[in-house]
Amino acid sequence: MIQFQYERAATTKAAINGLANSTHAKFIAGGTNLVDLMKRNVMAPTKLVDINRVPLKDIQQLNGKISIGALALNSQVADHPLILEKHPLLSQALNAGASAQIRNMATVGGNMMQRTRCPYFYDTALPCNKREPGSGCGALEGVNRMHAIFGTSEQCIAVHPSDMCIALVALDASVIVAGPKGERRIPFEEFHRLPGNQPEKDNVLQNNEMIISVEIPDNELSKNAHYFKVRDRASYAFALVSVAAALTMDGKVIRDARLAMGGVAHKPWRLREAERSLAGKTVSEETFRQAAEIAMQGAKAFKYNAFKLKLGPNVIVEALKNAAGLV
Amino acid sequence: MTEAFFDKKDYKPLDRVDGRLKVTGTARYSAEYALPNMAYAVLVGSSIAKGTIKSIDSKAAERAPGVLAVISHLNAIKVPGYQPKGEHPSEPSTQGQPLRVFFDNKIVSNDQPIVAVVATSFEKARHAATLVKIQYHKEEHQTNLEANSEKAVLPASGKKNPKSPTADYDRGQKDAFESAAVKFEAEYVLPTEVHNPMELQAITAHWEADDKLTVYDKVQGTKMTQKNFAKEWNIPEANVKCIATFVGGAFGNGLHNWPHETAAIIAAKQVKRPVKLVLTREQMFTMVGYRPRTWQKIQIGASKDGKLVAINHQSIGQTSSYEEFTESTLQQTRMMYASPNVSTRYRILPLNVATPIWMRGPGEATGAFALESAMDEVAHAIGMDPVDFRLLNYTESDPDKNMPWSTKYLRECYEEGKKRIGWENRKLKPGLVRDGEWLVGYGMGTGTFGANRNSATVHAALDREGNLVMHCAITDIGPGTGTAMVQIASNTTGISTGNITFHLGSSEFPNAGLQGGSSTVNSVGPAVLAACNALKEQLITMAAAKGNTAFSSAKPDDLMIDNNELQLGGKSSKTTLGDLFKQNNMEKIETTNESKPDENRNKYSMNAFSMHFAKVHVHPFTGQVQVKKIVCCADAGTIVSPKTAASQMIGGATGGIGMALTEDAVMDHRFGRYVTKDFADYHVPVNADVPEIDVYFVNKPDLLADPVGSKGLGEIAIIGVAPAIGNAVFNATGKRIRELPITPDKLI
Ligand SMILES: Cc1cc2nc3c(=O)[nH]c(=O)nc-3n(C[C@H](O)[C@H](O)[C@H](O)COP(=O)(O)OP(=O)(O)OC[C@H]3O[C@@H](n4cnc5c(N)ncnc54)[C@H](O)[C@@H]3O)c2cc1C
Repeated sequence: MIQFQYERAATTKAAINGLANSTHAKFIAGGTNLVDLMKRNVMAPTKLVDINRVPLKDIQQLNGKISIGALALNSQVADHPLILEKHPLLSQALNAGASAQIRNMATVGGNMMQRTRCPYFYDTALPCNKREPGSGCGALEGVNRMHAIFGTSEQCIAVHPSDMCIALVALDASVIVAGPKGERRIPFEEFHRLPGNQPEKDNVLQNNEMIISVEIPDNELSKNAHYFKVRDRASYAFALVSVAAALTMDGKVIRDARLAMGGVAHKPWRLREAERSLAGKTVSEETFRQAAEIAMQGAKAFKYNAFKLKLGPNVIVEALKNAAGLV
Repeated sequence: MTEAFFDKKDYKPLDRVDGRLKVTGTARYSAEYALPNMAYAVLVGSSIAKGTIKSIDSKAAERAPGVLAVISHLNAIKVPGYQPKGEHPSEPSTQGQPLRVFFDNKIVSNDQPIVAVVATSFEKARHAATLVKIQYHKEEHQTNLEANSEKAVLPASGKKNPKSPTADYDRGQKDAFESAAVKFEAEYVLPTEVHNPMELQAITAHWEADDKLTVYDKVQGTKMTQKNFAKEWNIPEANVKCIATFVGGAFGNGLHNWPHETAAIIAAKQVKRPVKLVLTREQMFTMVGYRPRTWQKIQIGASKDGKLVAINHQSIGQTSSYEEFTESTLQQTRMMYASPNVSTRYRILPLNVATPIWMRGPGEATGAFALESAMDEVAHAIGMDPVDFRLLNYTESDPDKNMPWSTKYLRECYEEGKKRIGWENRKLKPGLVRDGEWLVGYGMGTGTFGANRNSATVHAALDREGNLVMHCAITDIGPGTGTAMVQIASNTTGISTGNITFHLGSSEFPNAGLQGGSSTVNSVGPAVLAACNALKEQLITMAAAKGNTAFSSAKPDDLMIDNNELQLGGKSSKTTLGDLFKQNNMEKIETTNESKPDENRNKYSMNAFSMHFAKVHVHPFTGQVQVKKIVCCADAGTIVSPKTAASQMIGGATGGIGMALTEDAVMDHRFGRYVTKDFADYHVPVNADVPEIDVYFVNKPDLLADPVGSKGLGEIAIIGVAPAIGNAVFNATGKRIRELPITPDKLI
């Protein structure tokens, strides 16, 4: 751990100003990811701007959407009556992540910005293009059981570890960010990026910007939503594969379907083709199986994660069965 | 001790005597001693697995605020016990030469401690440690067990002595397997597992004088530590004090003194201040041992009706390049079943890794995974119930040692376990039972471990108010040693448990061995018993001498103390402790008693046995396994402390769930570094993984083993759990996973 400056900001403006003139400044919210990474010498910010006092904790119904402040705690969001009622998918996804203790500290913004859990990223004695561009990808020919099957590059095959983000991408959320020049809105699906030739960049947030809130448009998915996570132990483990599935139904007929996958890509992986294949179909295991096949097109496995090619579609089917009430 | 040891009507299981201290944070662990002027050391480990150190650039670290010293082989003071060519003198619990920290520039394993940064605060030391730059001459390393298995060797102990447990063993005919009607053969792999107790390894080293050392150290043996450091620093044993009053779990990794301990002692000498050193969680994977990755092959031959004909069992476990670590992986194969022909071949494979150390159920837990899985596979092949198969091959005496058992109540474990798990719901054919989408399966596995006993000495003092205070050097890593000893003393003297104190965990106290190998109650318990009886004899003599004729022919067994009153044969003697001490003009009476294993050990085979039953649910499409229930049945002799004993069984079963389903220290062999080395990636079971664990004790004393009648249960609590779960998974799915852990990817 290196020495760093620490300052507290009470307003968004002060927070953003705190980042100015320092390329190595970082916000700290719950600290559940950043402090770990600092202890392991993976991240070495020279300045920490503590944003916990910035009043961005509200979860509220606005016109046609729900807005969640970037500093709302993961546990607050998961248990909030509005979320439980309107977006149970998000609540389930949050509760499938980490542990109760961590969810009590972790914030929405921090969850989105959390770094990959790739072991090569975490060990400074090993190569990692994300941590140290140009040093090579340790996982490509290494222990890559937890790694991506979609959208990988020669540079990086890491996955984004969040559960919350899988539900948010399925729910067509938007991210509101603020910078020195004001606010902008980013569709959730475009917030995180694929590694390409710049694996050090996890997302499109600029160095001087802050996440303010996340907005979820109202929908009719709440009755038939399910987050299905498969992991190496029953709780407190990152997903091998997870699937967020939500349906709007007309009797047995699917009007609108949402599908997203976790544990498979550098970003929350929305399955649009599979969604389209489901629209207008009558629910059945067979229909779900076909959608899962479509979803897996283009997947590419590495030495130790070939199981995801089989587990992936199975979890899609299970998530859809649960969402449709077939289980 | 009689059968009715704990059958007293008013007997209530005692809560942990130190429970309150622990939950209120009052109990002090090794990292919690704050000595005046204390400094803090942080270790830097190597980032290669084999080679030499080319250079160490410590300038920036030395200049960093608060840094007192940056210590490496370049500037470390000479440890007198490090002979340039000879052996490291510290007790080699493993054959070979323990790693001499800061001795030379050799790198023998990844994350080997090579630099200690000592500073005035932990934070400063940790910061400065990141500034040390090390360069290496790298050499090619080998860390992959399977890729190097042809280089495995017979350990020196087995070479030297054909009777050694590690030596090649043949009973009956070597090739009997070939002609068996039913032949089964399979390979099993257990990955490296790491003890990972909650408490990190920690030591505070304090040179009270140039030749006088005190260590507050997380160890499983205070006397062992005292001896080792006395030799290492060439000072009298009496000048070394080891304090380990509380140990926050260890599971075996405190059975050895490790380089980080010596590093702290060197640092303390060098900066002339007490030095505290606490390992990080990642260092717990590389600096204090682990259960070695082990490959096993087993062949079982049987008749069509299920009689065993032959068992051939071979294993290769990894060790380091500098020490020969061995464990008794194949012992139980020799004695568990009535097979006329048995051959075992134990091999170790030196790799460029750190030395392993015994981990709960050492060897046996590894071996039982292969043996008990294979037994299940054979039962399945011949269409027999696996319990019936074992009963058909039950042995009434030890076929290896050719001796009668001191006691063996394993049949009762089978019977009771079947009832409690609901064995009648099990189908012979796998994959037939469902609960909704989930497949349901039942499995079982047997465990055994030697009823070990060492000599132990206890000092006891009784005062006129009836307070009994005992002292012994034994440590308590969590099983509840003090609680058990208080109950033995109370049961022997009649003094209520609230008036009895058992002090442990200091080398200043009377001698005891290690807390390991399930030997504590069997070893220290008899010494407590002896001390209590000696006190009673003194009381009888005192009373008789004062003319109380009722006492003149009394024996210790006749005497009990009830509320300070002396009772003979259950009746009041109208004498109180207070009167008696006053008459004799004494404040207290004292005694020191040793208890040792006796010649029965040469006549009987002494073992504790366990039986674990598991019920699991397996999701057919996602491969998730949920353990729904575990039943543990143990034949561990007298159960001295029912509550803490049950807790041990629950902890062992939980460890077994980890072994079966989650724990896996994965190494990237290109670098020789672990890639799962924190609690996020190295999965120990969490609450959600652990179902109801139902514990049953046969609770019949084994008075041949020791006067308390206890056979020990720390190890049998885990031995056999992993195969029970693996067998249940097979029964649920028809899939046999022979390489642990059984993660979802292996079942889809
Ligand atoms: C053992 C363990 C297990 C876990 N398991 C899971 C799991 O199963 N599923 C899962 O989804 N997560 C899991 N997590 C991760 C957890 O969800 C994240 O650590 C947490 O969400 C991070 O939130 P935080 O507020 O603590 O972020 P911090 O650690 O404070 O910050 C993380 C990053 O976000 C940036 N940041 C924070 N807020 C903002 C903002 N408003 N605008 C811009 N940047 C910001 C910080 O600068 C920093 O770079 C686990 C974590 C641990 C330690």
